[in-house]
Amino acid sequence: MTKSKYLDQPKERISGCEALVRCLIAEGVDVLYGYPGGAIMPVYDELFKYQDEIHHVLTRHEQGATHAAQGYARISGKIGVAMATSGPGATNLITGIADAQIDSTPMVCITGQVPSHLLGSDAFQETDIVGISTPVTKWNHQITKASEIPEVMAKAFYIAKSGRPGPVLVDITKDAQFEEFDFQYKKCDGIRSYIPVPKTEESTVKAAADLINNAKKPMIVWGQGVILGQAEEEFKAVIEKAGIPSAWTIMGASAIPTSHPLNVGMVGMHGNYAPNVLTNECDVLIAIGMRFDDRVTGKLDEYAKQAKVIHFEIDPAEVDKNVKTDVAVLGDSKESLAKLLPLLNENSHTEWHQKFKDLLAIEYDKVIKDDLHPTKEGLTMGEVLNQINIQSEGKAAIVSDVGQHQMIACRYAEFNETRGNITSGGLGTMGFALPAAIGAKMAAPQREVVAIIGDGGYQMTIQELGTIFQSKIPVKIVVLNNEFLGMVRQWQQLFFDKRYASTEMTNPDFVTIAKGYHIQATRVTKREELADAVAEMMASKDAYFLEVCVEKENNVFPMVPSGASVSDIRLS
Amino acid sequence: MDKEIKLYTISVYTENNIGLLNRISAIFQRRQINIESLNISVSEIEGVSRFTIVVNMDEVNVKKIIGQIEKQIEVIKAYYHTDEETIYQESAMFKIKSELLFEEPQIQNIIKESNAQIVTVNTKFFVLEKSGRRHEIELLYRELSAFGIMQFTRSGRISVTKQPMNISQMLAAFNN
Repeated sequence: MTKSKYLDQPKERISGCEALVRCLIAEGVDVLYGYPGGAIMPVYDELFKYQDEIHHVLTRHEQGATHAAQGYARISGKIGVAMATSGPGATNLITGIADAQIDSTPMVCITGQVPSHLLGSDAFQETDIVGISTPVTKWNHQITKASEIPEVMAKAFYIAKSGRPGPVLVDITKDAQFEEFDFQYKKCDGIRSYIPVPKTEESTVKAAADLINNAKKPMIVWGQGVILGQAEEEFKAVIEKAGIPSAWTIMGASAIPTSHPLNVGMVGMHGNYAPNVLTNECDVLIAIGMRFDDRVTGKLDEYAKQAKVIHFEIDPAEVDKNVKTDVAVLGDSKESLAKLLPLLNENSHTEWHQKFKDLLAIEYDKVIKDDLHPTKEGLTMGEVLNQINIQSEGKAAIVSDVGQHQMIACRYAEFNETRGNITSGGLGTMGFALPAAIGAKMAAPQREVVAIIGDGGYQMTIQELGTIFQSKIPVKIVVLNNEFLGMVRQWQQLFFDKRYASTEMTNPDFVTIAKGYHIQATRVTKREELADAVAEMMASKDAYFLEVCVEKENNVFPMVPSGASVSDIRLS
Repeated sequence: MDKEIKLYTISVYTENNIGLLNRISAIFQRRQINIESLNISVSEIEGVSRFTIVVNMDEVNVKKIIGQIEKQIEVIKAYYHTDEETIYQESAMFKIKSELLFEEPQIQNIIKESNAQIVTVNTKFFVLEKSGRRHEIELLYRELSAFGIMQFTRSGRISVTKQPMNISQMLAAFNN
């Protein structure tokens, strides 16, 4: 990468708002997402001036800007940037910020603020966004003087990306945007009170290797830490050398290909049968870059109690937070796994691996077969995913929303390239996928980006079709329409005696709506139309909308009922 | 690890930043943990603040809280200690009618025995200051309340640890 022309230059007298734009360019930001308004107008005026150097995408809602920035970050590993005005513009960012916080997504949000002399006066469009965003940001700061801008922005970018990534919010008063000062930009390379990556102690790596080498039935559960640490190769080398069956959390998906022989599927509430059941049979459980979310562990008192637990983790606060570990290996996954590799004995654990295969066969017979190759009337979500796999040759990045379709997408999508699964894992934000797909496609134009969305979540951010149209983003949008808030309906069926309280959706004509935005659109209602429709979508060079009307009351299985042990996973 | 619920003193060294109190108190609020007392002051290091937070909880959870506090960018280091591991005190002020000082000779004895200091006296009221352990202050409170207390306030706990805390070395290590 060539060095930005605004980096390490002599001082130059410019306004705060111009400085801010130069800071962004100096940090390598090529695109940002946002929505203008009163308190951020000076910055937009500069963005207009600098439009050859930095591209601003106007979303249709500030929430869309954050999710687009997240999609951009998740597929590329770069920092996503979102911008909004004060007051409602700023508060509309909160859902995306909370999502980025819980899913460790590097993001910098910039908000305008009322002039400093009006702070605390309940001025028009004033909100305490620093106060509001505190619990959901890795760091935040309010700037009231232009001279603070370079240092604070440098810190913001450093904090967002380093260590365990996360969202940062910088709030800038309007007077600081107008004020002139002597601008000079230097990148931040350290903060004395912040240790982004804890030191990896050799003794812990050795202890982990000993446990692994002596294990008869080891199992790995990996999370997004492998992807965030860019440790895919090191990870693959470790599991291949030690022959360890490896399962993923929803956030870890795609770190190694779906078809890898040691990839035994997803853990958690709607994960695969084998890794869930065998979590409670393994003798050593190796967690890598994951945080034992309750959706992964089920009932904690009955989670892997028989196993020694090893936890590779960058964030010390995650160690022993939910599951007590026997060996904690702190540090960056790329480094710690590289240190682990030479200490491991070669192994194949053939018999143990066979157990995974046997349980997979049961799951295939009871669940997967009917999901992917249904014989009954009524389209399944699984067969749509199967078609997308076939026709994209497993190369598409899948951006999923939240609900039944998300679980189906993560279970059945074929991932052959890392950073291929973009979904709202921790927060479970409906409305995530459509804007996130915009950001993903812009950050990785060479990749096919397919958004898989339910009819409920789609309508939470449907206005971003306007962004797709205006900014000509060639994303593929698949709405799996069951005319229900399907996951809630499933729970109502199973746990609330089929009382379908407020889950039935009377939907508009989605095809007409897409066409209203001049996006090509098709609806599929029959199995025989599906393959051709998916083929047409995949062949399209422009944005494409495909609605598939699926069976209304299908359920997602397997399922670990809320509060149950992972080994009490239900197949029906 | 100890599951017994008891008082722990959390000491947090931080940068002196607006908003950090909010960030730290949110960690407790989110987990429904009541803060028994809170004191923020300068520390032995220039520009570094020190939080002294007293909580009543078990060690497993206090450790998790320490992890969450240390995770905050502007927190340099957080520690937790039991009462036995610290030297600690609180300070209290009592505002009492001046006439009682002359009319009730017992009050003078109470003041003497409690080692409280008279901060000021005027015709209307006098102010007593008492530093010490909580039970000493509470004893004084009980004794004085028989005569009537016009105003009472007690500070949060301040404490120093018996063991060293190597903050200066940590900061020096960063600079190298």
